Amino acid sequence: MNTVILLLITGVGLGALYFLVASGLSLIYGLMHVLNFAHGAFLTLGGLLGWEVGRRVGDGTWAGLIVSMLVGMAVGALFAVVTELVFIRRLYNRHIEQVLVTVGLGIASVALFEGIWGTDAIITNKVPWLRGTTTVLGARIPNHIWLLISVAALVLAAIVLFLRYTRYGLIIRAGVENRTMVTALGIDVRKSFTLVFAIGGAAAGLGGVLASVYYGNVSAHQGQSMLIYAFIVTVIGGLGSLTGAAIASVLVAVLQQFANFYLGGTGDLIIVLALAGVLLVRPSGLMGRKLS
Amino acid sequence: MASTTQPILRVEGLYARISGQQVVEDVSFSVAPTGVTALLGRNGVGKSSTIKAILGIIERDGTVEFDGERIDGLRTDRIVRRGIAYVPEDREVFASLTVEENLTLAVRQAEPNRALVDELFPELRTRSQQAAGTLSGGQQQMVSLARALLNDNRLILVDEPTKGLAPKLVFDVARVLKAAAETSPMLLVEQNLTVVRELAQDVVVLSGGRVVHRGPAAEFLDDERLVERHLGVAGAEDHHTPEGSGPDGGAR
Repeated sequence: MNTVILLLITGVGLGALYFLVASGLSLIYGLMHVLNFAHGAFLTLGGLLGWEVGRRVGDGTWAGLIVSMLVGMAVGALFAVVTELVFIRRLYNRHIEQVLVTVGLGIASVALFEGIWGTDAIITNKVPWLRGTTTVLGARIPNHIWLLISVAALVLAAIVLFLRYTRYGLIIRAGVENRTMVTALGIDVRKSFTLVFAIGGAAAGLGGVLASVYYGNVSAHQGQSMLIYAFIVTVIGGLGSLTGAAIASVLVAVLQQFANFYLGGTGDLIIVLALAGVLLVRPSGLMGRKLS
Repeated sequence: MASTTQPILRVEGLYARISGQQVVEDVSFSVAPTGVTALLGRNGVGKSSTIKAILGIIERDGTVEFDGERIDGLRTDRIVRRGIAYVPEDREVFASLTVEENLTLAVRQAEPNRALVDELFPELRTRSQQAAGTLSGGQQQMVSLARALLNDNRLILVDEPTKGLAPKLVFDVARVLKAAAETSPMLLVEQNLTVVRELAQDVVVLSGGRVVHRGPAAEFLDDERLVERHLGVAGAEDHHTPEGSGPDGGAR
């Protein structure tokens, strides 16, 4: 029983991390139909620069962690905005070129990060409380899991409130449904594109800092290795659906945790099979609109 | 500023493509600064594509002048912000948004014409919090028209507003269009010739992506041979107008 509780809650924690990356991917695809393979780079740079600034403020302290999260968000957002303005904006409706450019940017970014920070993972210091555990129904849950879940829940709530109660949120929701008609109402939807990239980049950058807390290190490859899980989550949840991304993040991560523990480390295989199953049975994903 | 006798919209040598395929070819016509100009033609001749090309929604070449100024190089949102409203074929309401959100999104001016919209579409007020996707076809058409009429327009482009509507609703839509045309000129794509006869002063007829006839609406509609040749129907009463379904209740 203790093991089940442990796997369940750590699964939700890992799902929180997946959600931070997948939420941006899903919104970007939903509004712009851009499969952004450079999204992992936003996470990596957010994590690395967040760690650089945070450790100078206070290595292993709450102040350092909070600063690193803010820096991670800002760096992720800025990197994403520059990517959108410089690369994506010129390639609207040219999907093949978008994929080529974002794949290229992702690969080049990793090479650049390796050049600056090296190829090995850098061990990070955790806030003392985050190194401890909390007992829940007999299961000792690592405290950093609570941080991940809390932050992801806050991010989800903030994005939902933004989408529901602001004019830009309204434009984005309408744009996900019918971008042409939004434009035909006299709205410059490109501003929303940039904004969605910024939101997605900020969430990914924050995810980069939290990934360093979860894994206990930062590395030039962290974003790329998490990107594949984020894509799986995004497709299973339904491209363009934030709620779908949130639900799928938790489902995928919990499934992965249980499979890794009970089925001899087959977590990755199981979620790929789950992806295949969803694509066969419900190609639009759990919460996506039906494909025409 | 153009004089009032100049057309509000002038289209010259317009070509348009969808996915590389030519759908509009060397189309030229103009829209009078008042009243309704109807754009007619059989199914698939390029009427909706012409409207989309004017707005820059699809790839196009040629000259489009709005109130004496070229707009063919502008993005769709900038064209619309110059005062051109668009009521698309098949309504294209945002299904997951509420009626109120659909309307809010369409507002382009500080003081939208809410009173006018409430007067023309009282039902929308009672359904303001309902998701637009759950409305009937007629109610969705009301939302689509209301989105256009919330703003003071200098031209309204309306694409097949009565398509698929019940006879009673055809009458309601025609009434709204007539009211809207009193304050701004309109380019109307419409299959229902009884509605065209009721509203339009001029017609432009397309065939095979080209203009094949231009002139006063009554003159065209009264010439059964011309209507038969260009639209493939015997006359106004028979063209997509079920018995008794016209704006005049079929009394014509």
